Amino acid sequence: MSTPATERLLKSNDENFTIDDFKSNMPRWCTGCGNNAILTALQRLCRDEKLPREKTVFVSGIGCSSRFPHYMNTYGFHGLHGRALPIAEGIKMARPDLHVFVNTGDGDCCSIGTAHWIHAIRYNMNMTVLMHDNHLYGLTKKQASPTSPQGLQSNTTPRGTFLEPLNPLSVTLGITNASFVAQAVDWNPESLFEIISRAYRHKGFSFVRILQRCPEYVPTMFDHWMNHPDKTLLLTHENGMQVSPSLAATYKNQETHDPLNLDRAREIASMTEQVPVGILFHDPEATRYDDIRDPDRPISPETIRSALDSEFDKFTVWPEQ
Amino acid sequence: MDTTTKPDLMPGTDGTKAPAAADKTVQTLDEHIVEIVSDSGEGAQKCGQSFAAIAARMGNGIWTVEIIPAEIQPPARSIEGASGNRIRVGANYVTNGGDETDLVVALNEQVLLGRVRTGELKPGCTILLENKWRDDRDEEIVASYTQTHDELVQAGFRVYEIPMEEECLRLVPDPKRGKNMFVLGILCNIHSFELQMARDQIAFIFGNKSQAVIDANIELLEAGHDWAECNLDFKYRIPATKASEPQIVVNGNTALALGVLASGMQVCAMYPITPATSASHYLSDIFEKVGGIVHQAEDEIAACAFAIGASYSGSCALTITSGPGYSLKQEAIGLAVMGEIPLVVVDVQRGGPSTGQPTKAEQGDLLFACFGGHGDGPKVVMAAASIEDCFYSMITARKIAETFNMVVVVLTDANLATAQQPFKRPDFSEDWIAPALDQSALPEAARPYDWDETTGIARRFIPGQPDGMHCLTGLAHDRDSAVAYDPLINQEGMERRSLKLATLQKTLTTPTVYGDPEGELLVIGWGSSKGAIEEAVDRVRQDGHKVSSLHLTFLQPLPSGLKEILHGFKSVMTVENSWSDDPASEIIDEDNRRYSNLAWLLRARYLVDIDCWSEVKGQPLKPGTVARVITEHLQ
Ligand SMILES: Cc1ncc(C[n+]2csc(CCOP(=O)(O)OP(=O)(O)O)c2C)c(N)n1
Ligand code: SF4
Repeated sequence: MSTPATERLLKSNDENFTIDDFKSNMPRWCTGCGNNAILTALQRLCRDEKLPREKTVFVSGIGCSSRFPHYMNTYGFHGLHGRALPIAEGIKMARPDLHVFVNTGDGDCCSIGTAHWIHAIRYNMNMTVLMHDNHLYGLTKKQASPTSPQGLQSNTTPRGTFLEPLNPLSVTLGITNASFVAQAVDWNPESLFEIISRAYRHKGFSFVRILQRCPEYVPTMFDHWMNHPDKTLLLTHENGMQVSPSLAATYKNQETHDPLNLDRAREIASMTEQVPVGILFHDPEATRYDDIRDPDRPISPETIRSALDSEFDKFTVWPEQ
Repeated sequence: MDTTTKPDLMPGTDGTKAPAAADKTVQTLDEHIVEIVSDSGEGAQKCGQSFAAIAARMGNGIWTVEIIPAEIQPPARSIEGASGNRIRVGANYVTNGGDETDLVVALNEQVLLGRVRTGELKPGCTILLENKWRDDRDEEIVASYTQTHDELVQAGFRVYEIPMEEECLRLVPDPKRGKNMFVLGILCNIHSFELQMARDQIAFIFGNKSQAVIDANIELLEAGHDWAECNLDFKYRIPATKASEPQIVVNGNTALALGVLASGMQVCAMYPITPATSASHYLSDIFEKVGGIVHQAEDEIAACAFAIGASYSGSCALTITSGPGYSLKQEAIGLAVMGEIPLVVVDVQRGGPSTGQPTKAEQGDLLFACFGGHGDGPKVVMAAASIEDCFYSMITARKIAETFNMVVVVLTDANLATAQQPFKRPDFSEDWIAPALDQSALPEAARPYDWDETTGIARRFIPGQPDGMHCLTGLAHDRDSAVAYDPLINQEGMERRSLKLATLQKTLTTPTVYGDPEGELLVIGWGSSKGAIEEAVDRVRQDGHKVSSLHLTFLQPLPSGLKEILHGFKSVMTVENSWSDDPASEIIDEDNRRYSNLAWLLRARYLVDIDCWSEVKGQPLKPGTVARVITEHLQ
């Protein structure tokens, strides 16, 4: 059962219909769930980038959003709550030839997996990370998450959450060696696709926070943004997201923002009256841990034998001749 | 310094060259336990290790135990600050650290007191004590030194005060560095070691330093040697048999790291934790030579997850940790069990629970290794019993992990981690290493969990293999890796994963009994206590007792044939370095007594009334202690 949004998008790609190649099981998300749109965008990306299915791995944690890999006809790894990133790092380290994507929820990434998130940013390994941010815990049936707006009533906060939300964008931008930080919204397929494409093409850790609707538990969460397109700040730049005339017509409120400008990126990240959409920061030169650590010597019986022998020599007591 | 004003407390070292070398009788010993202790940073470790290495070069058996203070920089001259090494030198192959110390060299009286109070010294033990404290400017130090000295003499120790500082000052401006080589010279003289072997050893350990440094140290060594020759009235000789084949002398953690290299594993993810870390230190140094990497993750959970990711997409990876880190890894280990991802997990056990005793020896994680984690998580648990085992266990573990797509937990402990024992230099075989990664296309109908009906084994699909696309999940799943809520599918998955353990079990051979296959008592052990237990068994057999022992390498699954072995003995007990209640305690009885790990395991499986004895003193078990326990058990 696919959602209206999914069907709409599928139709728009009718001409060369190979998205099917990347479809696996029927998604089991609720009707109207924003995850469907994200799935479609990724299937389209895989098709457009001609990613070999066997060379592509989607890694996730636990949550509604983390069901994602089950719906891709690629390799998938549906792991542990909060631990998608270190699993993905291990995969990438062992196999630089694989295309690695990570799907993680706001609880998965910004609560139980926070330590890994912070360090993954710093490692800056080549992978595309999609943080499906519905501002609450969906799978466990409506508990507050670190990104829930202050006052959100949930099953664990019946009288409203107590604190201001954590801001995943400014946290990410605060970490040394951050290399790609973007924000997208699930309800605008064009910009979503464009941003994810940019993220995929960046060589390094691309972090995309996607505001994702959860009609089941917080149906009106993003209404304010959706109903007032002028509250969306579209970030444009020759080195950033490419904006089509139709997109420009939808979102007239725009800022030309150089993704290399970290200070401005941090200001944009902190905006509360508008929702920025686009690429906040992009530094293609940031150091990549997987590049540095990539062993330049292939493993072979000969290298092992000679390394072992030279080590043994250091510790050997030889019999008298 | 006027030595003549001193009370004559040193037999034969009153400042004159008392007993000439020619007067000394050389006493032949079967074995000698020697230790050297100092404040941290005075080089006692290096001295002890070198002494052991020279003994090994001489052809003696050795076992060394590190004496490590809990703090990095404990206050100088403190009882808890003793740092150094203890070396058991034997005429034959030595399998454990032995009993109490015969001879100790101490660079101050406080660190020595630490050793005395923990009962580590034999009654009448020979003490070679740095005497500079007798003339210290600080009166308190002088008082403490004299008092301790007098007490030790009174207690019957054979104390020799030695002007180490004074003698070294003749050769170097700062004796704090270099005194250890002077001491090494003394020890070599006492044990009649060939001086040239000691010179070679110094040249070897300072191999990356200038010739001037090497020469200066050799000079100190020779000075110590000469001093002992002229001033000490005793000398020993421990017969040695030079090895007929090359031996390597390393500690357990180094052996383990070498084993990792030899196994063809390529990724080790870890987070620093004592006493496991030194294995990763060494591996970090050598692994890249063969295309491997050591990843220091942000925590143990990440380390385990990283290793799982690497294993899933490549050849089997490993993670090395100790108790607290092993606790943190449990959820991830469960994922590897569920997803059938090969993984090697090393737990270098330390004292627990909680932060426990980080630098001390204990083997309390056995049941946790077997049954830790929620739900049923069949995994292999094996334990190294010697330094050599630490090496080969990595090769075996990797092989099992990849053959059965299972988690293999290898238990070692703080004792093995830091102890040195020579073993035959391994001869590399290509069979040891992992096969090349399978990237061939999978047949059309292949399913990611196509479990074999009998063995439970399914072919592993590795990313990159065409037509193998599926989503691995920690959720209950069917043969297609599809999430399954069907009760029968869950039942089947659990059964297949369990069957793999049974299949491995069918390949294990029954361990051999040490001693007669029948008798009054069978002592069962596992892990690092093997040497001590077997030595204890030898001793009590000499006393006429019909005692044998059995040592287990595979703890999960247990090999076949054990029940038959147990039935050959009137009684059976385990001896372990972990907690168990003392049945003699007032409120302990059969209804509430908590047994030590292996006793629980064996009692449950074999329905035999197996007794146990254990202690948690943070020390390796001593053969003398085990022999006493056995004798008491027989009464
Ligand atoms: C160790 C552990 N703790 C708790 C859970 C229960 N749990 C599953 S998903 C989840 C939160 C999901 O929220 P989020 O990550 O925001 O994803 P969403 O479902 O909203 O997509 C929790 C708490 C778990 N699976 N594992
Ligand atoms: S609960 Fe919310 S997040 Fe989860 S599938 Fe339903 S709509 Fe989506």
